[in-house]
Amino acid sequence: MAVDNDMVRNIAFLSRLSVKQDKLEETKQEFNKILAWVEELGEVNTDNVEPLVSVNNESLLLREDEVTAGQMSEKVLANAPAKEFGYFVVPKVVE
Amino acid sequence: MENLTNLTVNESLKKLKAKEISPIELTQAYIDKMADNAKYNAYVTQTAEQAIEAAKEAEKKYMNGTNRPLEGIALGIKDLFCTKGIRTTACSHIIDNFVPQYESTVTQNLLDDGAIFLGKLNLDEFAMGGSNETSCFGPVVNPWSKETKLVAGGSSGGSAAAVAAKMCAAATGTDTGGSIREPAAFCGVTGIKPTYGRCSRYGIVAFASSLDQAGPICKDVTDCALLLNSMASYDAKDSTSSKNEIPDFSSFIGKDIKGLKVGIPVEYRPDGLNAEVAEYWDKAADILKAAGAEVISINLPHTKYALPTYYVIAPAEASSNLARYDGVRYGNRVEGNGLDELYINTRTAGFGAEVKRRILIGTYVLSAGYYDAYYLKAQKVRRLIKNDFDEAFKKCDIILTPTSPIEPFAIGDTKMLENPINMYLNDVFTVSVNLAGLPAMSLPIGLSKNGLPFGMQLIGKAFDEGTIFKTAYQLERGANFVRM
Repeated sequence: MAVDNDMVRNIAFLSRLSVKQDKLEETKQEFNKILAWVEELGEVNTDNVEPLVSVNNESLLLREDEVTAGQMSEKVLANAPAKEFGYFVVPKVVE
Repeated sequence: MENLTNLTVNESLKKLKAKEISPIELTQAYIDKMADNAKYNAYVTQTAEQAIEAAKEAEKKYMNGTNRPLEGIALGIKDLFCTKGIRTTACSHIIDNFVPQYESTVTQNLLDDGAIFLGKLNLDEFAMGGSNETSCFGPVVNPWSKETKLVAGGSSGGSAAAVAAKMCAAATGTDTGGSIREPAAFCGVTGIKPTYGRCSRYGIVAFASSLDQAGPICKDVTDCALLLNSMASYDAKDSTSSKNEIPDFSSFIGKDIKGLKVGIPVEYRPDGLNAEVAEYWDKAADILKAAGAEVISINLPHTKYALPTYYVIAPAEASSNLARYDGVRYGNRVEGNGLDELYINTRTAGFGAEVKRRILIGTYVLSAGYYDAYYLKAQKVRRLIKNDFDEAFKKCDIILTPTSPIEPFAIGDTKMLENPINMYLNDVFTVSVNLAGLPAMSLPIGLSKNGLPFGMQLIGKAFDEGTIFKTAYQLERGANFVRM
């Protein structure tokens, strides 16, 4: 499956990245090279094979739903590029 | 007096305990080396002052007999581990100003055992790369370079180079597809990626969460055991952390390997394999035979598909993990009209080319309509790759392979840079191990005719690092590799 310029633009938007118009062709070609390479996997018979999601055989542990750390909004905000009144600041999203 | 930086961790601890040397002079010796060897670009942040303060505390502990297992041992930390109050960048511009408010579990374990941190080490941006050339701080130079500047390998290039050039006693690394083992091989040092789940991933900047594991890079096998003893732990803060019992890895050092079955995978030996690599592989097998092991052929039939599988799964997980860099909670922000534009501007300016490439591929293979064909398919092949190892380990106790098909190449090598796949192919011997979650070590076996180090890889059963340590120790003794 080869991708076209429109698909590259769409994938870039889904990734919240911008690919400049003059880089589109190059990005597409690179993309298609990598896709053609990974398509080798199509040769492998995977009928009745369960996907391997995690190599960890141990079942996930449950814990009590309780606060283990809190009261540290200053630390949480310490690296924020913009903050005000104890909140992260983002552009207006609700009209 | 011999330079203290030549000592291994094990040797240093003996001298520290005997009070033949002080942790302050030992730490200072490493700080001096960091200055002498700044040309290798191994450190991206140095914390010499804090290190000396910590060394003074260590001295007190030795004096009053409360010294801990790694008291006064000066380490370098890959800049992917969050270190409280010390800038942690993942070598990406998008978070080049990030100061963690907490400590990663692995580095906390090391601090609790008395280790001292000299600074943060260079790596490929977000650990994505095999040559350390994708770092926003520029490539690490391999200390073995002759006239041409060579790559140190990646992604833990700074860690491997710093250990080789004695700019730290040992270093932490992380390994998603070979990022501890390949740079260790390129720099003539020893590194182990333990079984998935051995070391907590808490506080390590995430790349591909089902593959990422931390491990040490050291001067020798014995030091790796000491460091891993400290780094490994069960941690409730990492849901994939294992509760399996953690043995004393040092107890395997020096054990004999009589009757041990060493598997050689025939699929790892294609016709075009580098002749020197093949020669050293035979030599390594001979050393193990001489030590009493039995060497047998094994099959890992899906080896050919490991790289394409990895280059679907790792980018998929990366695209998801790296969605968090949005210019809102941490890192650099580039403003825009509205939230989407802020995200796009921030991410486009902050990420480098290789990281963007992997995010795009990962987003594509996870997107509606392509998920089954790529991502689900890769997860199924991943199971077949793991099954191959399960079958192989019915016949053998450990697997011996080269670490890398090539020797270190030049920084800016056009063949590697013109097509990303050429760079990806260097991981051919290492990625399967991450896909199967197994432990594996790389240790130096000898020099190429160009005078550059080659590494051998030992792959163990899950949670059987012990067999790796005892085999690696015998191989190290037989190879008699002379460190820099």
